[in-house]
Amino acid sequence: MKLAACINHVPDTATKVNIGPDGKTINKAGVTYVISPYDEFAIEECLRLKEKQGGDVTVISLGSNAHKESLRKALAMGVDKAVLLKDDSMRDSFGVARALADYLRELSPDVVFFGKQSVDYDNSAVGLMVAEMLDLPSVSVVVKLDIADGKVVAEREIEGGREIAETKLPAVFTAQKGLNEPRYPSLKGIMAAKSKPIEERQASAIQAKVETLAMRKPPAKPAGKIVGTDSSAVPELVRLLHEEAKVI
Amino acid sequence: MKILTFAEQRDNKLKKPAFEAVRTARSLAAEAGGEAVALVVGSNVQSVAPGLGGYGAQKVLVAEDPRLDFYSPTAYARIIAEVAKLQKATLVVIPATAMGKDLAPRVAVKLDAGLAVDCTAIRMEGGALIATRPVYAGKALIDVKMNSGVNVLTLRPNVFSSGASDGTAAPTEKIALALEEKDFASLVKEIKQVSGKLDVAEADIIVTGGRGLKGPENFALIEQLAEVLGGAVGASRAVVDAGWRPHDEQVGQTGKTVSPSLYIAVAVSGAIQHLAGMSSSKYIVAINKDKDAPIFQVATYGIAGDAFEIIPVLTAEVKKLLGKG
Repeated sequence: MKLAACINHVPDTATKVNIGPDGKTINKAGVTYVISPYDEFAIEECLRLKEKQGGDVTVISLGSNAHKESLRKALAMGVDKAVLLKDDSMRDSFGVARALADYLRELSPDVVFFGKQSVDYDNSAVGLMVAEMLDLPSVSVVVKLDIADGKVVAEREIEGGREIAETKLPAVFTAQKGLNEPRYPSLKGIMAAKSKPIEERQASAIQAKVETLAMRKPPAKPAGKIVGTDSSAVPELVRLLHEEAKVI
Repeated sequence: MKILTFAEQRDNKLKKPAFEAVRTARSLAAEAGGEAVALVVGSNVQSVAPGLGGYGAQKVLVAEDPRLDFYSPTAYARIIAEVAKLQKATLVVIPATAMGKDLAPRVAVKLDAGLAVDCTAIRMEGGALIATRPVYAGKALIDVKMNSGVNVLTLRPNVFSSGASDGTAAPTEKIALALEEKDFASLVKEIKQVSGKLDVAEADIIVTGGRGLKGPENFALIEQLAEVLGGAVGASRAVVDAGWRPHDEQVGQTGKTVSPSLYIAVAVSGAIQHLAGMSSSKYIVAINKDKDAPIFQVATYGIAGDAFEIIPVLTAEVKKLLGKG
């Protein structure tokens, strides 16, 4: 099976976000960048499918040279090949999807895996846009996946439960937490990754479809009231919720 | 401006975010000058369609076929895009539910449209549509100008008001469908409902427990309070990772982002990633022994005390207030 995982290199989730000098993007100073957490489930699932059914795994990322750090980590986890689609510009989901789709069309994998959303922009869009551009079926937010003889049964999370969806390969999936436990790279894997090549390609150029005008912090919350330190404060709390907030 | 709103249904019943989206589309059309119509897709939805008129839909298009009973991303996306083209829609509005987030990217590609996901505000400015959406799990907001000829927006549930129905019955129009087998290349076969449980993503009141509860058996306190309030039980990442609660209850950056009217955080310290998932709740109550816990920085009201002592009393007081005691 030919497997492909598309990953993003993003600020880690503990980052305190400050607005950068351009007023439109995050201030990168002091920020630690990592593989977007949902993308780790995507890499892991590809590795497991390879281990069970044979094949090879390619990991792809679109971005600047900094993305090589995340590609190396994926190589250290055990993927066979890494590709950087080089682009230093800010792209919207459409632009990212277009570049990935152009490369994937050439690679022609049986399975393309994304994280359900990239934890920077939270668009949950690129994976499904790629599926549409490649005219492939998809199942998103996958928590369980079974593939046998090219037939797929997947469970995805919805409000209050799960959908059981069926499709056939080739297909696109986006991973949700709970799909698997991503492996830590072994020392052997880390050493081997140092000498595995990262193929570099120029990403196709594209016109953005939406324009970010500004990034700002959410409105500051007014200071709250601590109404007490034990259960004697409960009647006052309930009164406030009922009369002031009017939520109960 | 011509706006097409996809009104999500499950089991042939319209979901609340559908009413919110229809109402918002109508307000926007009124402001920008234009028309707002809605689309319902399913196996037996003709009877619920006119009800969308009460929320502002000027016409409801009905795409009905027994094969559309269960969700199929490929079939539903094809229908939405084709109807949008037929209706010459310049804006497609979809609720940012699990189904909506699955559909919107495909619809955007089919329509060669700009896309803004999980929006918390929209406005017209100088003739342009500006969408505001959270990024970095809500640690920042971006204002996005929707420049394209056609645009697609998904709206975060429980943020835009649906208002009450004024009882108007909208005229409906049946769409002639020419669906083929390949349209169902990905198809839902079955839904596993977590029985009797209200999902945090759909709840207007959430009671979340954290690691300070010391053990899974103490979540009974949370469940009782949630039940009395008619709310959902939420969980911090720590208790999910410890195996005390299932992942579908997790609130936070790698769980669900919620905007309920009331969020009660019990024995939750308030790590950045948890706050990211719930800080846009309208009212937040924090119960924590540690008065310096970060959760108090976002709480509207708090009690800096022992949850084991406070929660049973709170449950009893709420029961009394609601006449359930």
